[in-house]
Amino acid sequence: MTRKQRRLTLIGCALAVLAIAAALVLNALRDSILFFSTPTMAAEKHIQPGQRFRLGGMVREGSLVRGEQLKVKFDVTDGNATLPVTYQGILPDLFREGQGIISEGALDAQGVFKADTVLAKHDETYMPKAVADELKKTGHWKDDYDKKPSAQNVQGNAK
Amino acid sequence: MIAEAGHYALVLALVLALIQSVVPVIGARLRDPALMNVARSTALTQFAFAALSFAALTWLHVTSDFSVANVYENSHSLKPMIYKITGVWGNHEGSMLLWVLILALFGAMVAAFGNNLPRTLRALVLAAQAWIGAAFYLFILATSNPFARIANPPIEGRDLNPILQDIGLAIHPPMLYLGYVGFSISFSFAVAALIEGRIDAAWARWVRPWTLMAWIFLTLGIAMGSYWAYYELGWGGWWFWDPVENASLMPWLAGTALLHSAVVMEKRDALKVWTILLAILTFSLSLLGTFLVRSGVLTSVHTFASDPARGVFILMILCLFIGGSLSLYAWRASALKQGGLFAPISREGALVLNNLLLTTACATVFVGTLYPLALEVLTGDKISVGAPFFNLTFAPLFLPLLLAVPFGPLLAWKRGDIVGAAQRLTAAGIVALVTMAVLWAWTKGGGAFAPLMIGVAAFVVLGSLTDIVERTQLFRAPFATSLGRARGLPRSTWGSAFAHAGLGIALIGIVCETTWNSESIASMQPKDVVTVGGYQVRLDDVTQQQGPNYREAISHFTVMQDGKTIGILSPSKRNFSTRGMSTTEAALLTRGVSQIYVSLGDSHADGSIAVRIYHKPLVLLIWFGPVLMAFGGFLSLTDRRLRVGAPKPAKATKTSGALQAAE
Repeated sequence: MTRKQRRLTLIGCALAVLAIAAALVLNALRDSILFFSTPTMAAEKHIQPGQRFRLGGMVREGSLVRGEQLKVKFDVTDGNATLPVTYQGILPDLFREGQGIISEGALDAQGVFKADTVLAKHDETYMPKAVADELKKTGHWKDDYDKKPSAQNVQGNAK
Repeated sequence: MIAEAGHYALVLALVLALIQSVVPVIGARLRDPALMNVARSTALTQFAFAALSFAALTWLHVTSDFSVANVYENSHSLKPMIYKITGVWGNHEGSMLLWVLILALFGAMVAAFGNNLPRTLRALVLAAQAWIGAAFYLFILATSNPFARIANPPIEGRDLNPILQDIGLAIHPPMLYLGYVGFSISFSFAVAALIEGRIDAAWARWVRPWTLMAWIFLTLGIAMGSYWAYYELGWGGWWFWDPVENASLMPWLAGTALLHSAVVMEKRDALKVWTILLAILTFSLSLLGTFLVRSGVLTSVHTFASDPARGVFILMILCLFIGGSLSLYAWRASALKQGGLFAPISREGALVLNNLLLTTACATVFVGTLYPLALEVLTGDKISVGAPFFNLTFAPLFLPLLLAVPFGPLLAWKRGDIVGAAQRLTAAGIVALVTMAVLWAWTKGGGAFAPLMIGVAAFVVLGSLTDIVERTQLFRAPFATSLGRARGLPRSTWGSAFAHAGLGIALIGIVCETTWNSESIASMQPKDVVTVGGYQVRLDDVTQQQGPNYREAISHFTVMQDGKTIGILSPSKRNFSTRGMSTTEAALLTRGVSQIYVSLGDSHADGSIAVRIYHKPLVLLIWFGPVLMAFGGFLSLTDRRLRVGAPKPAKATKTSGALQAAE
């Protein structure tokens, strides 16, 4: 084979692999991405039952009900709309009422969000970014999310 | 005083880096040895000052000096000493300081051990290294000063994020940074070669050990991080395709490709232009990783509290270095001479295929990681790309790579014999097929996927060993002869066999863990028994205990098999009062390479406690594989050192000629 032919073989192989990869990526992007939504957006968009998405918002105070076999029910709210959520399993360490969470799952026929994953913030200064953005937009952002407990007296200096 | 000294040392390091970025380049232009040698002394002193600065911050953390904001925010006087030290890099400012310290360390190593490099090359490499250094010193001093004081010092600190108070933190970030930053050396070499417009096999011989070293650390760092997530986060998962994890995986994939293409360049003087590009891309991906983690674009346990100014600054550094180096590449790459010819089926061809698949796989990870960010910026839609995406894209690209791995080392340079290689792999192939059949029969009813993949993994492991078996003529020659031959084999041959086998072993662990993992979630009262994966786990009692800076509730479990007690597990819930946070400490019982994993949830008023119990078959292989890969890399590295130590042209040719014949 001449140098040119060899180079063409090489380029041909490379293009073939790239084409396959591009096809895989496009296919996967169509099927496996999850959209983020707040309860308000979920109501506006009329998300179909069974379609998976990520729900973000605050756990409404006083809405947490624990059932048999680690089943839990709680409401997720963004201030305007509220969506009931059910989940079975162990909630993260930092799951509390009044805190921002993100959960993954789908709506059932009754309009209840059946979550298979619940993520809570990692530490007291962390709030899922998508949730924080939405809360700021809708005006429900409370300043004390930024505050650090036991640090109020030196807050100004520490920053 | 100490804090100011540390700050001042950092400023001096910046000044030295600035000198180092300019003077040697002028020296190289004027061919002035004295000016070029400035690079060497500045690189060494710059490291000394960076180390001094780091030592100062460590001292402040160890002595709990809460008048320093960084210490106040991330330390507590009651914190155990080990976490006072590891807490130095358990926060944004400190971790950036570690980053530049390692950068300076690598520069100093080139300066110290690079006596036999061509003088202009060494000057330019160190200058390029100093450009990166100067940018990051500026970043630290301008946006993330670790030595900032608090006007009214508080009495007690805010403690380190409890999730980070773990021995994993002592090892994971330094390892990862040694890997990330280690690739800066290959980058600097590439930039220097482009400026000089000259590149040869000696260049590759120089770059390879540095790349290999960085790759070893990155491999161990990723594996360590994965194991840490596995036991610390309490979900029993070891890889989440989280953007931050992907940020470390991308340089690893590109670095692995670089490692292989550098072999072609060193042995055959081919693929020069490509190798240079890979060296640039690998470090660019490391920078991208730093940007993703440090800018606050993503939120995770890795991203400490951040502010937008930092993100913009790192983004500027990123654009400057990636844009600059790629422009330089576009401008100068055509000046580099083309290398040797090879047939498509040859060792070079196999390595090209390896590069092609690795870089494409890397590109899919890149798309999956950055597409959500780009989409949010462009349209405002928030999406998440999770494991399904990567399973559908990354896995299909990795499969042909796995099948090709055993063939590579069996093909000759220039023109290979694929039929011959296939014949030599017959034994490995047959064993792999038998494994598949047996497993499939044994797990009848289960899917065909797991047995198939384990068969592929067996093929990779046995195929990697085939090369060694062939060369030592094991089973054909008398055993003593084989042993003698095995001793005579170059270490890099052993190294690649181990590294490739490690890949297969990790795959076995991954497939077994994901397919046959059994899980049980239950609300347990004392004396309750749960059965998981053939083991009975009984909750005995719950006790309270006071730790240095936390209170913990420890649950005691007895693990039994067929009525016999085989171990005690004591997972706990820790409550850190300073931060008002609780963490779950999972407990692990290791049986061979399998593990039983117990993690706790909430406890209820009636005395019951939510418990999550997993049986994870062969899970330890997931991390044993990368350790084996790193060990293989280390073996190769010890081989390289001999050659790097003998750079005189005649001698080098002789040694590499001998190795070439053997490899």
